[in-house]
Amino acid sequence: MPSLLWSLVVVFAPLSLVTIGGGQSAVADIHRQVVDVHHWMTQAQFIDAFAISRMAPGPGSLLVTLIGWHVAGFWGALVATIAIFAPTAGLIYAVAHLWSRYRGARWLTAIESGLRPVAAGMILAAVYVLLQALDGGWVARGLAVASTAALMLTRVSPPALIAAGAALFVAWHAAATV
Amino acid sequence: MPDPSPPRPTVPELFLIFARIGLTSFGGGLSGWMLREFVQSRRWMGEEEFLNGLAISQALPGVNVTNLAIWIGYHLRGRAGAIAGVLGIIVPAAVLIVLIAALFAALAQYDLTHVALDGAAAAAVGMSLFMGVTVARRVPRRALPLAIMAATFLMVGILHWPLVWVVLGMGSLSIAATFARLRTADA
Repeated sequence: MPSLLWSLVVVFAPLSLVTIGGGQSAVADIHRQVVDVHHWMTQAQFIDAFAISRMAPGPGSLLVTLIGWHVAGFWGALVATIAIFAPTAGLIYAVAHLWSRYRGARWLTAIESGLRPVAAGMILAAVYVLLQALDGGWVARGLAVASTAALMLTRVSPPALIAAGAALFVAWHAAATV
Repeated sequence: MPDPSPPRPTVPELFLIFARIGLTSFGGGLSGWMLREFVQSRRWMGEEEFLNGLAISQALPGVNVTNLAIWIGYHLRGRAGAIAGVLGIIVPAAVLIVLIAALFAALAQYDLTHVALDGAAAAAVGMSLFMGVTVARRVPRRALPLAIMAATFLMVGILHWPLVWVVLGMGSLSIAATFARLRTADA
């Protein structure tokens, strides 16, 4: 068991440092390691775990928690979760610390305003990709745009909005099948 | 040092807010939710400060929302706040996902489960779009920043280039240009 837990650390800790832009970039490599290299899961088991990690709330990288659970139960889940999150958590902590120390320095201002257009482009690109991936075609896309408008124009809370989205789709589905 | 602005959450309060965000965020868009919670509803942080954290969270390796939770926690409550942020966003959601995985086989046989999840996901994408619009509105209305935003969108969204290289390339270009501009303005 200890060697198995150690393999989880060796696989996931380096992946932690190459996930830029939200964990999705690492999924292909996680798949390769878990299914092809270590044979911890079959292809079908991996796809199931991936689907659950997309549907469940919380960060998408909790996929590795499920893999750890599958491989070695509670300790596997704990070790895999720490391995994927801890290295980058330390990094951002150090940056946040330096940031407040050098606040107002010119190079810092340049980084702050320089990164903004890049961040905007990345988020809009993610939205574009997600809009294409939604099940439910134009109804789903319309609902996404309507929920954006609701967020900008009203003080609606996100959980209410998500629940409304689910309820609308159930109603639409019921109306379509009758 | 954390912000000196008067109303600040306590460390347990921070943990509970992040736990709630982590547990109720279906289909992503957590950063939009944090913007809503910390900047717009409770006014614990300025929009400027939040967006700096967002840009850094995305540029650095790691999970954006976890990075952002650490960033927000640190700014509001120093080291204890950062720890409350990272534990709040991960631990409850990690427990829940294991429970969901255990229940999934039972849920998956009902068609309606998938329909409801599709609707929830569509509303959640609206959350991300809201975030994108908020950030895009803060991009300076000058040719270069707008071109960099458009180019990043094209490379990531349409051409599907590797994110690491796009961020390194466009990021350094944009930072260098901003630095040069600030220096000319000061001289």
